[in-house]
Order: sequence, then structure tokens, then C-alpha cells
Amino acid sequence: MVPEFGHFALILALALAVLLSSVPLAGALTGRSALQGFARPLATGQFVFIAIAFMALTRAFLLDDFSVAYVANNSNSLLPWYYKFSAVWGGHEGSLLLWILVLSGWTLAVAIFSRRLPADLLAQVLSVMGMVNVGFLLFILLTSNPFERLLPNVPADGTDLNPLLQDVGLIIHPPMLYMGYVGFSVAFAFAIAALMRGRLDSAWARWTRPWTTVAWCFLSLGIALGSWWAYYELGWGGWWFWDPVENASFLPWLAGTALMHSLAVTEKRGVFKSWTVLLAILTFSLSLLGTFLVRSGVLTSVHAFASDPTRGQFILALLGITIVASLTLYGFRAPAVHTRVRYGALSREVFLLMNNVLLMAAMLVVLVGTLYPLVLDYLGGGTLSVGEPYFNLTFSPLAVAVALMLGAGVFSRWKRTDGGWLGRQLLWPAAVSLLIAVIVPLWLGGFEPWAFVGCFAASWVLVATVRDIWGKSASRHGRMHGLRRLTRSYYGMVFGHLGMAVVMAGATVVSNYGVERDVRMTPGDQARIGDLTFRFESIGDREGPNYTAQQGVFEVREEGRLVTTLYPEKRIYNVQRSVMTEAGIDAGLFRDLFVALGEPVNGASAWAVRIQHKPLVRWLWLGAIFMAFGGGLAISDKRYRLRRRERKETDRQNASGVGEPAAEGGPG
Amino acid sequence: MHPQRKRRLTIILVLVAGLGVAVALVTYAFRQNINLFYDPSQIAAGEAPVDVRIRAGGMVEEGSVERDPDSLDVAFRVTDFDQSVTVRYTGILPDLFAEGQGVVAMGRVNEDGVLVADQVLAKHDEEYMPPEVADSLKQSKSGDASM
Repeated sequence: MVPEFGHFALILALALAVLLSSVPLAGALTGRSALQGFARPLATGQFVFIAIAFMALTRAFLLDDFSVAYVANNSNSLLPWYYKFSAVWGGHEGSLLLWILVLSGWTLAVAIFSRRLPADLLAQVLSVMGMVNVGFLLFILLTSNPFERLLPNVPADGTDLNPLLQDVGLIIHPPMLYMGYVGFSVAFAFAIAALMRGRLDSAWARWTRPWTTVAWCFLSLGIALGSWWAYYELGWGGWWFWDPVENASFLPWLAGTALMHSLAVTEKRGVFKSWTVLLAILTFSLSLLGTFLVRSGVLTSVHAFASDPTRGQFILALLGITIVASLTLYGFRAPAVHTRVRYGALSREVFLLMNNVLLMAAMLVVLVGTLYPLVLDYLGGGTLSVGEPYFNLTFSPLAVAVALMLGAGVFSRWKRTDGGWLGRQLLWPAAVSLLIAVIVPLWLGGFEPWAFVGCFAASWVLVATVRDIWGKSASRHGRMHGLRRLTRSYYGMVFGHLGMAVVMAGATVVSNYGVERDVRMTPGDQARIGDLTFRFESIGDREGPNYTAQQGVFEVREEGRLVTTLYPEKRIYNVQRSVMTEAGIDAGLFRDLFVALGEPVNGASAWAVRIQHKPLVRWLWLGAIFMAFGGGLAISDKRYRLRRRERKETDRQNASGVGEPAAEGGPG
Repeated sequence: MHPQRKRRLTIILVLVAGLGVAVALVTYAFRQNINLFYDPSQIAAGEAPVDVRIRAGGMVEEGSVERDPDSLDVAFRVTDFDQSVTVRYTGILPDLFAEGQGVVAMGRVNEDGVLVADQVLAKHDEEYMPPEVADSLKQSKSGDASM
């Protein structure tokens, strides 16, 4: 009964979404505030019914209700409860339900936290989000019903969750990623609402900014989690493969990063308005494109669940409608919001414009590499794949250019920056970075051109940021007072940029100085990487809850001293009989030691073993945490909190369109 | 020229120059790094270029996997149930690699028509098959039974 109840709740949610997408909008267009007032209750109702559906499916998983086809295909009674829970989004239908839950959650959040918005704007924003929800609810109800029953032949047990997905990283990776992906729908809804009203003022940017930042934080963490999971579970120590599915999440991240920066310019200076709106549309379109790539089955990947082509066509249609409709609206309305504000050729505005240009170029390079094989295949031009070297060759120079621009940009001032002054500010960062870029590679094992460039770029960002803090925290009342005076949004920017420096340093060092060796070992054998000796002690059997494993024991010594003992495993999962490699990893801030068992060779007496030394690999994910932390700081800034306290007052005024004066040293 | 127009022109020129560099880079990178897919019949017929990095895929022929006892060298035959081609590889094979399963190998065909692979990919779950492999198996009729 409960699954049918969940299905019914989804249908009710669809009905509410249809109302949400039409009634408040009609109210806003005709100026009837009674109709606008429906926006919030409808958004709440929609969320409640989707949450009920989600709970109904979760219940079916936790209680092993294998009469539900989706549960039977993605779970098993032996699965630990937390994997039964995460299996809810382990397949196509459930992950789509999660998508919708997150979307309606964001809609509800906008309804709750935007009380100071003009009522008609809020009505329009919620209506646009309602439209997106209608699309996805139709999608799930028409093509991917998670509550379909297997009656009357109920299977005795489920066919289990794909063992690759039975992992802690995978419990939180999809929700994080979706929070990011779907979060950009808020910026999109604000952009569309602003276009409908023909009013793109700095207030619009101010309202959109915190939402975009939050979505960006989640997406950063989601991507980092995916990379981390690939590193220890799937990739034999690789952390980024330029796999189309990874690119699918990276594209909106690049566009979203550009959007955050261009929103800053629009808020502070009232320029780039049309561009910012276009970027908001583009970012969400890329989120939809990502969903299409991942969910339609056009790609070869873990994420591509075996699926029928109608699903792909449906998402493609949604994507098409979104792009065409929003660009048409943009075409009609964008020229109407033209403004003229002056700024010099060497100003923060121009540096942020360069940031946007470079990020867009990076996005296009990745987009071309991702879509070209698909388009060519569709046109009958043959099957081909674009290799990792393409992405490394095209993306890396752009990333370095972004970093160089960033280092100079943090010092720049709005309107106009004095060239001589800027040059003097950059002298120290340039000198120190050059020194670091020469010393670090030599110390790590030899000069490499790319290591030099990458280290320079990373330390350039780091030193420039620190130099900027030093300059901005100067105060008559002492350094501490100066540091305390700086705003949270400034520290948010600092952490975001430091995060980028940390990621760049990690990526540079691990790809240039990481050592990977595949060796054939029998128990008792040793293999060396530099000063480290990996000794294969023994191998034995171990029983897990739903698998049996062969567990190896490796002792790692440095000049005779025991560094760590690693226990890599080869698991066979009972239900699907599939083999999984569980790497043994000794994680450290400065290096990871990594051992993975390949397969037995020569009749099980010997094993193929991969041993790796990965310097600074943790920095990749640490940097993402820095970035998300920075975003968190930025949105907890005083000006957002103050405003909540002043809400009642502004509610009365129903103020709109008055940009607040630029806070000193605000984020850029 | 009006200073504002001049500035706008500079910005546009910078953008165009940047775009040009990007396009040149992309074109160059594409030429170097595109890997065409060939099925075993095409390779056996000599249609695949020698010593160019390609992708090849099909089923691993039953009983064809041979491991060298003293190293990590392995050789196996990949078939589309019409023709088959020998693949040589050194290193660790993916977990899901098995006889009778679909694989995609990346590597270069040498003068003897053997694919020397530097990467072997296996499908990710029981139901899923790389689209190229499914297509090439569909084309050679006798593959139906094992699909």
C-alpha cells in the first residue's frame, strides 16, 4: 500500500507544481496580490508531498519490500542498513526522485528565506522553480516511476546494489552534487523573473548571490567527494579522468564560478547585467545538460544505468525547452536593461571580466571535448573518444591563466587601479612565487616544465592573497584589530582563493611527482619506491557482511623503520558475484601510500600489485573544503544577517532596487 | 578615436585574440588525441592504421587469456564473433575483466596485426555494455545469443 501512496503523493506534488508554476505568476502579471500569496503555501505543499514519496521509497528499501521493482533491482536483504538507505539513490529512478526532492527543497528554502523580497518578485521566482519541477515530475511519472511493482511474482531477494556504490563516499556524493546542480536553479529562477519584469538592478544580483554561493559550495564538495571516491574505490589511485560524467559536473561548476564573480560586479557596480543573467541561464542549462549526459545512457560509465532511449529524449526535450524559452525571453528583454557605468581598463571590473572570459573558455574547451564524440556519433561520423591528453593540454594553460589573473586581480580596485601601484604590489608575490616554483620541483625530484608552471601559479595565488590581507589589515590600532575589521565576505574570498591555490598545488605535484608501479609479488617479496620499501607479508581470507575478501598485509618501511601496515582487499560480493578492489591507503597531509591488489597470477601463488606514492594528493580535496568553507563565510557575512533582523522594516517598505554601498574590500 | 570606443575595441581585440589562441589549441589538441574505434573485423581486415592510438572492443574469447608466469604480461583475443584480434597488455586488468565479457582496449596495432594495449576497460555492471561493443556485436549477427 505504501508504495502506491508514494506514487500518489508524487501525482499530487505534480498538481501542486502545475498550480505553483501558473497561479502566482498570473498574480504577479495581473498585479493581484491574493494570487501571489499562493506561492509560499504551494511551494511548501509541493515539498511535503515529494518528501512523503521519498520517505515511502526509503521505507520500501529499509523494509526489503522486493515487490517494488526498483528496490528488487537495487537492494538485497543482506545489505547493511546504511547502504539500503543510500541505495534509494543508487539507480536511475531513485536518483531522479532525490533530484526532485532537492529541487523542491530549494524552492521551499527560497520561500522561507526570501520574506524581504517584493511579493510579486517572489511569486515569479517560485513560479519559475515550479515550472522546472513540473518538467521533472512529469519525467519521473511518465518514464521512471520508482514505485512500479513486480506483481504477482515477487522475488525472494533483491539483485543487490552495485558493489561499486557500496561505499561511504557514495552515500553523500549524490546528495551533495544534486544540492549544487539543482541549487543553480535558484539563480536561474531569479534571472528569469528579473527578465520578465525587465528590471535587472543590483538588488537582483544581491538577492541571487548568496543562493549561487551556497549551490557552488555544495557542488565543489560534491565534485571533490566524487574524485575522492574514484581515487580509493574505482580509479586505482587516479583522481580525475576527464570522464564525460565528471565533466558533466565540472561544466556547471566552471560556469557557476564565473557567475559568482560576475554577480559580484553586478551587485557592487551595476555593470555586466545582461552577461550575468545569461550566465545564470547558462549555468543551470549546463546542470540540465549534465543530468542528460549522466542519466540518458549515452555514455559509458558507472553512472549510466541501463536505460531506455525515451528517458534521454525526455531530458533532452526539457533541456531544449529551457534553453530556447529562456534565451527567447533574454533576446526580447536583455537590451532593455542596458546601463552605462564607467570603469578603467585596469580595474577590478576588467580583472573580473577576464576571469569570466577565461572560465568560459575553459568551460567551452571541456564542453567541446565532452560533446564532440557524442555529436559525431549521432551524425554517423564514427565512434571515437577524446583522450585525457586533450583536456590536460587545453585546460591546464587556461587554469594557469586564471590563477595569474587572480593574483593580480585581488589587489585591483573598482573603477580604476593605478598601474604603477599594482606593479609594486605584485613585485613580492612574483619574486617569492618564482623562488618556490624553482625550489619545490628540485626538492621533489627534478625540474619539470609543468611542475614549475603549476607551482608558480599556485604560490602566486597564495602569496598575492596573503600580501593582500597584510595590506588590508594595516591599522593604527594594531594588526589584530585590522584583521578583525575585515569582513567575513572578504575572508570568504580569501578561503575560496586559497582553496584554488591548494588544489592547483596538489594537482601539479601529484601528477608530476606521483610514482605508480605495477609489480608481480609473492608473499615475502619487496618492492621499492624511493626510500620506501613495500613488503608483501601475507594474504588471508576475511568475511564481510555481504562479501568474502582476500586480504593482503603489506608493511611499508623507510630505512628499516616501520611507517605503516596496509591491508588491501580483493572482495567478491555474494549476490552479483562481482569482484571489487579495496585499496590499502595510508593517508597523510603530504603524501599517501597506496597498495591495491590486482589479480592472482601464476595460480594464486603470486599477485599483480599496484603500489603508489602520491605526494600532496589530499590537497585536491582539502582545497575543495577550503573553497566551500570560504563560500560559507561569505554568506554568513554581517550584511546578510543584519538584513534578516531588519526584515520587518524592509517588508513594510517593500524596498527594491536600492543597491547598498560597496563594502570595503568585498569579495571579488 | 573616442577613448571609450578605443577601449572597447581593445577589449574586443583581446577577446578575439584569446578566442583564436583557444581555437588553435583545441584544434591542435584534437588532432593529437582523438582515438577512433575499430572492431576486430576491421582490424583483422587491416583497416585500422598501424601505430596510431585507437580504441578496439569486443568480447574476450573464451579460453584465450594467457598470463606470463613471471611478469605482468598478458595476452588475450577479442572477438566480434566474426573475426578476432590478439591484444597484448602489461599490468593489472580491471576487476570486471573476464572471459566472455565485453572489453574496450586502448592501444596501437603493430605490424603483425596485434593490438598492444596501454589501457583495458571492462564494463561496469552485469547489464551494461559499452555502446560501441554492443553495436559492433549487433552488426555481426552471431553475437545475438550472448547479448
